[in-house]
Amino acid sequence: MTNATKNRLIDKAFLIFGILATLFGIVILCIFIGNIFADGISRLSFDFLDNLPSRKPEKAGILTAWTGTLWILGLTTLVAFPLGVGAGIYLEEYAKKGWLSNILEINIANLAGVPSIIYGLLGLEIFVRIMGLGGSLLAGSFTLSLLILPIIIVSTREAIKAVPKSIKEAAFALGATKWQTIWSQILPASMGGILTGVILSISRAIGETAPLIVVGALAYVPFVAKSPMDEFTVLPIQIFNWVSRPQHGFIVNAAAAILILLSITFVMNGIAVYLRNRWQKKVKW
Amino acid sequence: MRTIKAILFSSLLISLFACGGQKSTEENTTEETTLSGQIQIDGSSTVYPITEAIAEEFRAVAPEVKVTVGVSGTGGGFKKFVRNEIDINDASRSIKDSEAEQCKENGINYIELSVAYDGLAVLVNPQNDWVADITIEELKKIWEPAAQGAIMKWNQIRPEWPAEEIHLFGPGVASGTYDYFTEAIVGESGASRGDYTASEDDNVLVQGISSDKFALGFFGLAYYEENKDKLKLVGVNNGSGSVLPTMETVANGSYAPLSRPIFIYVSNKSAKREEVKTFVNFYLENVTSISEEVGYIPLPEAEINKQKEKFNSFTAGSNSTK
Repeated sequence: MTNATKNRLIDKAFLIFGILATLFGIVILCIFIGNIFADGISRLSFDFLDNLPSRKPEKAGILTAWTGTLWILGLTTLVAFPLGVGAGIYLEEYAKKGWLSNILEINIANLAGVPSIIYGLLGLEIFVRIMGLGGSLLAGSFTLSLLILPIIIVSTREAIKAVPKSIKEAAFALGATKWQTIWSQILPASMGGILTGVILSISRAIGETAPLIVVGALAYVPFVAKSPMDEFTVLPIQIFNWVSRPQHGFIVNAAAAILILLSITFVMNGIAVYLRNRWQKKVKW
Repeated sequence: MRTIKAILFSSLLISLFACGGQKSTEENTTEETTLSGQIQIDGSSTVYPITEAIAEEFRAVAPEVKVTVGVSGTGGGFKKFVRNEIDINDASRSIKDSEAEQCKENGINYIELSVAYDGLAVLVNPQNDWVADITIEELKKIWEPAAQGAIMKWNQIRPEWPAEEIHLFGPGVASGTYDYFTEAIVGESGASRGDYTASEDDNVLVQGISSDKFALGFFGLAYYEENKDKLKLVGVNNGSGSVLPTMETVANGSYAPLSRPIFIYVSNKSAKREEVKTFVNFYLENVTSISEEVGYIPLPEAEINKQKEKFNSFTAGSNSTK
């Protein structure tokens, strides 16, 4: 075998491996979604979205679960967005390079790898007990904010790093203050990347079950939360509860609830893609 | 940037408030009582289906009382119960000494009320034509820690059974069902062999046993009731003959030792509140029909009446000490 044919063979082999690797994830996802659809689509109806939990599968609905998920979504965004982006800007633009910022960086990277249940325990001690928030929406979304802060900080920093240095220097040269440079140049240029990071991390957060159960999210909540201090349940907990029940009707309900949860995540990811494209087009120097 | 953010948040908030408003109008249509307040319940996922059903029915009686139910597990629930963070704990076992101790330290008096029975079923594949019953000793031989790697074939348990590998299925070590089974069979809670297929989700166990001719497993009777066509129930012989778990044998105690009562715990501080008192009475009043509906075995009439009396004297007692 000549070197050339050998190289071509390796080329081909890698191509095939690449295709298989790509297909693997997609095929599994398709099978999964197809399965869920077959099970759950018949159960989807307005009543399902509007009913309270019940012991009878055909009467049970997810009103409190999906509204709880939306509450968590909104509150977590409100808390995590300013904190995460603020910390990211500080670390990238203000913090002096030195041992302190090194330690901060290492810790943030480590925090991103801490299992979510640990955040749940932290939240239980600090937000639920010491701050006295109880098993409320606020305690839940504070906990999830902690969980996703490291991801937001890291993606904010990456997005800021991608802004050309010349832009910043040009702004300074024209006499802009640091804040003016950040607000008028760096942030608009990096907002697409920042928002993508924020939205992707939040769609991860709304799929979390373990930390919320630890913090005190419940399985049976017969009322829609009206304030951030109310008790709550979320879709993943409802799904988890239903798949472990013996009656087949609950399995169908779980499939339908999964469809709702998936569509919420898909919408979130869609928004992320849209925002990224929009900001990329808008930025012109 | 600000406009997008504003749109994002306001649309979220609008959708939240929109459905909030809808809900309250719906609730007003049911009959009104003067009772209001909040009842917080947590604890075992085994007891959860019963408590959920009771809470659901209670909505029609006292729509202004907000009853919430969590599933932190029996132990997780007691952790909150001893801190007086919840009113009622669902428990699939009795309170432990250490937990009772903490209650005392925090000045909490409590009452244990049994609400139903749960039977643990021993199951094999429907194609299994050699097992009809099994003794406690044989179950122990299969499941005790020493069996790990040693008892691997059916004929090691009873010589006339086939020389085929035995495949074991059971609930995960974190579940109260596992605790109960090991205590009843092996003699020590939490002691068993580790080389079996464990799942916290009993539906996975049903799947496993129904697709494996040489499988043997155990889980709550309710899951057998829903999957009768896929599983074969095994009689358990405790020395006085083989007994199949049924409504009668579990309730009259002859399906021993694999039947257990399940409980709710109520603290005296909570029992003073009118809505909690009403709820617990409502619970005991309706639990017989409800527990059957969700797959558990109801207590006999006399036993339920005893629980009612117990609760009444408990509330009377805690009122007088106040």
